[in-house]
Amino acid sequence: MSGLIGKKIGMTSFFDASGKYVPCTVIEAGPCVVTQVKTKDHDGYEALQLSFDEKKEKHTSTAMKGHFEKAKTTPKRKAIEFKHFEAAKNLGDVLTVDTIFAEGDFVDVVGTSKGKGFQGVVKRHGFSGVGHANKSHGQHDRERAPGSLGASSEPARVFKGMRMAGRMGGDRVKTQNLTVVKIIAEKNLLIVKGSIAGAKGSYVTIEK
Amino acid sequence: MSLLLEFAKKHLTPEVKHPDFKAGDTVTVYYKIKEGEKERTQLFSGVVIQRKNERATASFTVRKISNSIGVERIFPVVSPYIEKIEVTKVGKVRRAKLFYLRDLTGKAARIKEKIVAKEGATV
Repeated sequence: MSGLIGKKIGMTSFFDASGKYVPCTVIEAGPCVVTQVKTKDHDGYEALQLSFDEKKEKHTSTAMKGHFEKAKTTPKRKAIEFKHFEAAKNLGDVLTVDTIFAEGDFVDVVGTSKGKGFQGVVKRHGFSGVGHANKSHGQHDRERAPGSLGASSEPARVFKGMRMAGRMGGDRVKTQNLTVVKIIAEKNLLIVKGSIAGAKGSYVTIEK
Repeated sequence: MSLLLEFAKKHLTPEVKHPDFKAGDTVTVYYKIKEGEKERTQLFSGVVIQRKNERATASFTVRKISNSIGVERIFPVVSPYIEKIEVTKVGKVRRAKLFYLRDLTGKAARIKEKIVAKEGATV
């Protein structure tokens, strides 16, 4: 596996060579710096820590300043570990989009979905609700209620994991097998077909 | 909008040259249609009732009355299927979106024509 950290820029669409209208997402991917190489001997597992996005030095804690100084780089906002990274990289290496991805590749993009707040079961779990517009089946004020939570004196409790209302969104969401449509190396842009989770400007990881 | 997104849009879409037109103008769109291997051109002429400008995803809506039934069609400006656009009449309207035309029929749905000098004509 190899990958990069990026930032979701937004969505657009274009006509491809065969004349199809293709929706796509623009991601600012990298350049990422290798800020830590974890080894089996030292840390107990193999991993590579990549860092992305510039950060002002005055906003960086002394501890983190030292961490970035070790890799001989400037402070970064986001650091994420990648396991099973192809091709052993050295501390301080800079990874760019065009070296890791190619047009036509299939990539997985991990993002954090937009927070939806406290939502009912119809939106959160796809319950169908009752009646809707015509308020049929005798319902007049509980079209979106969850209904029965279970049986009565046996088992005399509500089973664990019963789908109920609650906080929705803000989850880690991985979108798999997105085609890389275009790579613009001069601006570190990666354009993938389809949509990815999260708000504009949020951090995502792109894995291959 | 983000500058980077603008940059990406410019990169993805080639610039297209169409004559200038706005809502209220009457246009004829020469639209290429693929039927298996064959390709033919279909004309769609009517009044432009709105333009949406956002470069890569810019579009315009053309409305015409066909057999006394209103037909609207949305064209992406950058579509490779548009052979050409002809402006047949320049309309004189007071707003950018002419959705009120949907409620009007016959004589009431007419648009005043703006008389424009032809290119190269001397007044």
